[in-house]
Amino acid sequence: MNEAAVKSDTVLECRGVGRMFAIGAGMFATSKTLRAVDDVDLTLKRGEVLAIVGESGCGKTTLSRMMLGLLLPTSGEIFFAGQPIQSIGRNEIARRVQPVFQDPYSSLNPRKTLAQIIALPLDVHNIGTREERRARVEELMELVGLPRRLIYAYPSQLSGGQRQRIAIARALAMSPEIVICDEPTSALDVSVQAQILNLLQELRRELNLTFVIVTHNLAVVEHMADRVAVMYLGRIIESGPTAQIFSAPRHPYTQTLLDSVLTPDPTRGLPEFALGPGFPNPLDPPPGCAFHPRCPKVMPQCKTQRPATTRDGARMVECHLYQTAAQ
Amino acid sequence: MSQKPEVLRVEGLSVAIDTPGGTLRAVSDVDLHVRRGETLGIVGESGCGKTITSLGIMGLLPRRARLSARRLELDGRDLAKLSAKERAALRGDRMAMIFQDPMTSLNPVYTIGNQMEEIYVRHGKGNQKQARERAEYLLQKVGISAAASRLAQYPHQLSGGLRQRAMVAMTLMCDPTLIIADEPTTALDVTIQAQILHLLDDLQREYHMALILITHDLGVVARMADRVVVMYAGQVVETGTAEEIFAAPRHPYTRGLLDCIPIPGKTQPGAPLGSIPGIVPSLLGPIDSCQFRNRCPQAFADCAKAPVPLRETAPGRADRCLLPLGSPAQPRRASEALGAAE
Repeated sequence: MNEAAVKSDTVLECRGVGRMFAIGAGMFATSKTLRAVDDVDLTLKRGEVLAIVGESGCGKTTLSRMMLGLLLPTSGEIFFAGQPIQSIGRNEIARRVQPVFQDPYSSLNPRKTLAQIIALPLDVHNIGTREERRARVEELMELVGLPRRLIYAYPSQLSGGQRQRIAIARALAMSPEIVICDEPTSALDVSVQAQILNLLQELRRELNLTFVIVTHNLAVVEHMADRVAVMYLGRIIESGPTAQIFSAPRHPYTQTLLDSVLTPDPTRGLPEFALGPGFPNPLDPPPGCAFHPRCPKVMPQCKTQRPATTRDGARMVECHLYQTAAQ
Repeated sequence: MSQKPEVLRVEGLSVAIDTPGGTLRAVSDVDLHVRRGETLGIVGESGCGKTITSLGIMGLLPRRARLSARRLELDGRDLAKLSAKERAALRGDRMAMIFQDPMTSLNPVYTIGNQMEEIYVRHGKGNQKQARERAEYLLQKVGISAAASRLAQYPHQLSGGLRQRAMVAMTLMCDPTLIIADEPTTALDVTIQAQILHLLDDLQREYHMALILITHDLGVVARMADRVVVMYAGQVVETGTAEEIFAAPRHPYTRGLLDCIPIPGKTQPGAPLGSIPGIVPSLLGPIDSCQFRNRCPQAFADCAKAPVPLRETAPGRADRCLLPLGSPAQPRRASEALGAAE
């Protein structure tokens, strides 16, 4: 393996990553295994924006928590710039990867001032003198567009958009390589969402940041991401460059997701699609392809065989439809 | 326009809330109406008064809130003249509401069946047995399989999508003429969202009820609504058919909202999105100017001089702007606005 290329280009890599949870273990109950993430391969290149999309319960948050080093995988390995995650200390991971959470109302300590919140990572890592930290806080506030007069304000005195700016400033305090945003705009109003998305784009250009955006909003994905990974029941079932996925989705699930985006066009009615029953019970996943009970193009082999991964350039898809086509 | 019977007519609805800092005008002088079989979308951001408006119509405002209206009629009955008891008798029977989060709006300690049957029995529509039959029929109607066994389940045993379906079924128990859905799909996944909206659409076609759909999601409004009311800072700033609002918005706020959202296949990926700078004005104290002027890209001196009246340009089409978009560049005179406000 070319170590130099890995160092310069790939900042994070997941190889066969899986995470299981034991559910419902009690005095008399035997525990069940929940496979939240199953055999995920993913590479993250420096400076790109990767979007992870899927419905609630598909494992996208568990995957992002593993990328943050908050959860260890139960199978497979995660590498930071070629180094396995277990060999890197907790603090070192936190310097490289930082999160921005969905809800800026619950992710900020209400009893701390802005200055304290933004400086917390610097305090934890014992970086700089008091004056240096203060200067860094002011620099960060300017970077995310917060006026300096708010430095001693409390989160409760700020609007939702301003709070999300604090969360972003805090994430940037350690100059991380990767920022993982879990539904960064879902809790915000439409006009504020646009401001935050514009800010993330600017930061990406200025700081050459690598972003992982976890979201269910496909309009945001198309606008922000270079690459998309679509998850269903713990597995990545399709991934590839955003433009290609949006213009020609392959997996029937991806097609359904894209069809369900409601663009503000009153001349069109509601999208027509029959997705059948709801999301399956992740404790008891369907055999074969996990999507087959809802799939409009289901074939006999889908019910028994798990589809293999078909690769084509930068794209991959896990579906029987393309396996036969490729063979 | 086909003239189906009007279900709801609201004129000059205002809601004021007394706070330690002064009187907060949550809703100011809102007019709206909706006919049988029609869907009215109310759009706006948090704090614009869309939820307070609907709670005012339902009679569910907190005690501190003071409601006043020139007209507030449901099926031709003046709601303002009714006692609290008579209002309560209408809720769940003639008008019903679907809330955003079915987990918090369903009672966790009663089964789905109990909660559905209670509405039917309480409104004197029939006995327990008939109530159970109707509940089972409606659960099937909203696409819940094994309806009989679902009736015995508690809300936590259902997924989010199923809970919202059960909520929809519950509102139909007494066959109401008006349903108000407040952000009915915001808490749901996109695929489930489309299913729930389909369901509402199908049920409306079948039962011809009037539907008021309150949402901040412009995509949902565009696809569902016949007519749209855009609210800002407690006021209606623009009304029109969905086609008019989305194809030719007249108020700068409506235009701003439409520019804010990325649209697959339309907006250039990565290009900066439009945004509305600034924040919503304080709702304390009287309105003395255009509420949007501090954030408006085309505000001029007259905007600060007096409150801007809502002006009807065609039947069913109105805007609250001195310099509406897409009109000849001649601003409406502020003196005209002054005259209208007095």
